[in-house]
Amino acid sequence: MRQPTHNRAPFLFAVTALTSLFMIAPMLLSVLAGLVNNYSVGIKSGFTLRWLQEVWEVYGGTVGWSLAIAAASVAATAAIGVPCAYALARSRSRLARAFEELLTLPVAVPGLATALALILAYGQIAAFRQSFAFILVGHIVFTLPFMVRTVASAFQRNDLVALEEAARTLGASFPQRFLGVLVPAVFPAIVAGALMVFTLSVGEFNLTWMLHTPLTRTLPVGLADSYASMRIEIGSAYTLVFFIVILPVLWALQALAQLMQKRYGT
Amino acid sequence: MSPRQRLLLAGCAAPAGVFFLAFWLLPVLRLLALPAEKGWGTYFVVLTDGRYMESMLNTVLLSVAVTLATLVIGATVGIYLARRSFFGKRLLLALLTLPLSFPGVIIGFFVILLGGRQGLVAELSSQLFGERITFAYGLLGLFLAYLYFSLPRAIATYAAAAEAMDLQLEEAARSLGASRLRIVRDVWLPELAPTTVACGAILFATSMGAFGTAFTLASKFEVVPITIYNEFTNYANFALAASLSIALGIVTWLALFLTRQFGSGQAAR
Repeated sequence: MRQPTHNRAPFLFAVTALTSLFMIAPMLLSVLAGLVNNYSVGIKSGFTLRWLQEVWEVYGGTVGWSLAIAAASVAATAAIGVPCAYALARSRSRLARAFEELLTLPVAVPGLATALALILAYGQIAAFRQSFAFILVGHIVFTLPFMVRTVASAFQRNDLVALEEAARTLGASFPQRFLGVLVPAVFPAIVAGALMVFTLSVGEFNLTWMLHTPLTRTLPVGLADSYASMRIEIGSAYTLVFFIVILPVLWALQALAQLMQKRYGT
Repeated sequence: MSPRQRLLLAGCAAPAGVFFLAFWLLPVLRLLALPAEKGWGTYFVVLTDGRYMESMLNTVLLSVAVTLATLVIGATVGIYLARRSFFGKRLLLALLTLPLSFPGVIIGFFVILLGGRQGLVAELSSQLFGERITFAYGLLGLFLAYLYFSLPRAIATYAAAAEAMDLQLEEAARSLGASRLRIVRDVWLPELAPTTVACGAILFATSMGAFGTAFTLASKFEVVPITIYNEFTNYANFALAASLSIALGIVTWLALFLTRQFGSGQAAR
């Protein structure tokens, strides 16, 4: 659809331009605010990396933990989600459909409710409550449906059923078939699911704010803390840290997913 | 299916099943039972207590208004971008959908940068009229913030849907002398209806459950997620927080369920 259908559309153009301004201006503004000496004076006060340094000293730890939790969420949802997706794709029982329906509920139910439920059920176990594992569990529950759904739809392809049958008649055991034939065949879907899980986990706040403790903070939790208690330059610099650290990782993953799709996708 | 095969599939689903049971289903079932300990009336507190009722109405009205505004603007921008080719279009589309990966707190902060006490609008208005205008901490700030995190999803969805639209219908309508407004009403709207319903449901659900944005803005306009948070942390009123969570969950789930029913009804026709 490269041909413009009518040449002038002033109304559409105006709305698009205004919306773009509304969406992009705050990003630029926050980047700028994190780099100037004094926000209320403006650019005239000169540029500095002082605020970034301060953020790194106070909140640097949250970056590593956020990335680690996101990576662990990807690993865990792949480990338990891929076999589950296979079972759901091959089973036609009513139980499987009901389970699939239940599994997607944590997406529909507000994160706050899930967090409350987890705290009420496991909050008494101090060693668990005070560790990053508590946040990780919340992230896995929330992201699992995305992995399962993406991979399950890939498993449903007809040629995969035939491929598996061929491997079986040739005498391959189930683990051999699963790891040697099925998983490679749906790998692009696993990568796409992993990208979704990673993105959701890194930016997750609704659950995490309830589940965190002063010693277990992720990047979005630290951000909220800095917005509430620090000067506006530090909040902006911290937002800039989020962009610098997270966006390249997301873009790299996205490029990888596209590459996989092109090379192995059908 | 042989029993052996069935056993194999059950084994495959077991790890995820056990995890889900232990860390979501059982805790949530307990949450569902919690308000009963304080009497059955606790379940209906959102209907019987004026304060909670107001908070729920606030949230629903805000979410509906944001959803409608987002659908209109998102459709306009999405269709425009899908129909035009110009230099930097891919970059613009990438920038417009970038906020999908931002946590809600960042979007709250953006609105503070725009309309807060030290915000851009306050600076400009003090130079122009000698008065600092702030809107970040009221209803307008909340509305703009919700609009900000809703728009990227709508723009991406409509851009994709508009790419797939049938141009011939539109050409036919135009050659028959239909005005631009009639084309929008009689060709675009029906063709984009399934997209609009599905996208609208997700936007509404996201707005209802959004917590980080309102939390950062510390808005005077109280939404249900903030009410739940306050009951839980400030007053340690777990039964009430649970009851409000259930009410919020029901409203959100109902919106998603009804639109899915509508969607399958469309497909069956």
